[in-house]
Amino acid sequence: MRGLVLPVLVLAAWEAASHCGLVDPRLLPPLERVLSAGDDVTGLRHVGGDLIASLRRDLAGFGLGTLCGLVFGALLGRSRMARALLGPSFDVFKQIAVFAWIPLISMWCGAGEAAKVVFVALTAFTPVVLNTAQGARSTPPALIEVGRLLRFTRAQMVWRVYLPAALPAILTGVHLALIYAWLATIGAEYFMTTGPGIGGLIIEGRDRFAMDLVMLGVLLLGVVGYALNRIAEAAEYRLLRWRPA
Amino acid sequence: MTARWLQRIALAFVLPLVLLAAWTYGSRCGWVPEQILPPPDAVWASLADLWTSGELWTNALVSLDRVAQGFAAGTAAGFALGLAMGCSRPVEAYVRPLFTALAQVPALGWIPLLMLLVGIGEPLKLIVIARAVLVPVALNTLAGVRGVPLPLLEVGRVLRFSRAQMLLRIVLPASVPSVFAGIRYGLTHAWIALVAVELIASSEGLGYLLLWGRQMFQLDQVIAAMAVIGITGFVMDAALGVMEARLQRRQPVAVRG
Repeated sequence: MRGLVLPVLVLAAWEAASHCGLVDPRLLPPLERVLSAGDDVTGLRHVGGDLIASLRRDLAGFGLGTLCGLVFGALLGRSRMARALLGPSFDVFKQIAVFAWIPLISMWCGAGEAAKVVFVALTAFTPVVLNTAQGARSTPPALIEVGRLLRFTRAQMVWRVYLPAALPAILTGVHLALIYAWLATIGAEYFMTTGPGIGGLIIEGRDRFAMDLVMLGVLLLGVVGYALNRIAEAAEYRLLRWRPA
Repeated sequence: MTARWLQRIALAFVLPLVLLAAWTYGSRCGWVPEQILPPPDAVWASLADLWTSGELWTNALVSLDRVAQGFAAGTAAGFALGLAMGCSRPVEAYVRPLFTALAQVPALGWIPLLMLLVGIGEPLKLIVIARAVLVPVALNTLAGVRGVPLPLLEVGRVLRFSRAQMLLRIVLPASVPSVFAGIRYGLTHAWIALVAVELIASSEGLGYLLLWGRQMFQLDQVIAAMAVIGITGFVMDAALGVMEARLQRRQPVAVRG
């Protein structure tokens, strides 16, 4: 309950200030204008379409990046040779701040859908690799021994020993990738503004000095980010329920 | 031991050298047009050019200055917020839901909104970078303060420490590793936020070098700027990593938990 006090106070002050003309309503539009900004200017379907376009992009990039990350991470984690050959290069590669890739990617893939998905995938890739490699590396030796005693085949070793042991770390990586991918989706839409998307909506609002549209976009950003986070938490919980406490 | 070390270094350079060779050979034979992938010597020349003209230094210094200011402001605010929430349950109860709600929107999401409010000058960059640092520092400080081992707190109580003594002698030293982990995350986030904000609204800095190269269709300059951004990020993170290892070594075993 106490947690609601501050948000309610802030929102009430906001409403009061914008209605009484204490601040320029162009800078601080009343709440109801923000919520109706979507259908007011461009029709509600516009905002819905933006949301769906952003989510589709986000999930496509996330899927692609996660898949590549799992394969590469498993390779780094399980093969000492791969670690020696590829590990140091990957460590340097991951230090390039992701947005620095945007000029290059937009030059290589154009400013269309492909460039955005590639950028999102690149962002999702790194945390999955790091966590998968760490998980795959740290299989308890006792478990491996049990597998050997039971004469597991290679496939059985992977499915019954390595994968379950690495699963918590892998899921942490995938969870991080989901959060980063959403951030990258918005970033990609800022810099490559063709086509619908929440990022494009916000930029459009800024260009037109429509604060209500910008705030609506920021609100949607937060709500989607929150929802994705909760979904990931729930999935993680379900997939790890078999673990002893 | 040195032989194994040499072997590791040699193996680490295999992939970069192979890539470099393929890149050089590919551009000699004209596999890809120069506009898509300029030859390595063009990138090198561009880098040398940026270096001798002093452009690299001016822009890098501008970027580092922005990061330093935003990072300092964000760390101070995040630490204060995390400490306040960690030490006082009522403060946490009042502030945390609002904090969590605002933290849902990534630093990048605030940029257009802030542009309308404060313009595209230095304050914008400072606020965005500080915001990127604030969240991880605050969350890790909170976790660190909450994670102080109970026996330590009891020792303090037995010694009849005052509130200030409890804070200075027990809570703060015991939460150092967690706070520092937050600071290290914060620096990584600050570097990412810097590049983003410089790409969107800036007329100097490393991000601007990238953007300028892209607009002039000079990919050699884009790649040179990316290399500088990567190396700088790597050095900063490595420096904090060394400091982190030092700090952890100084922690007594009991505190390490």
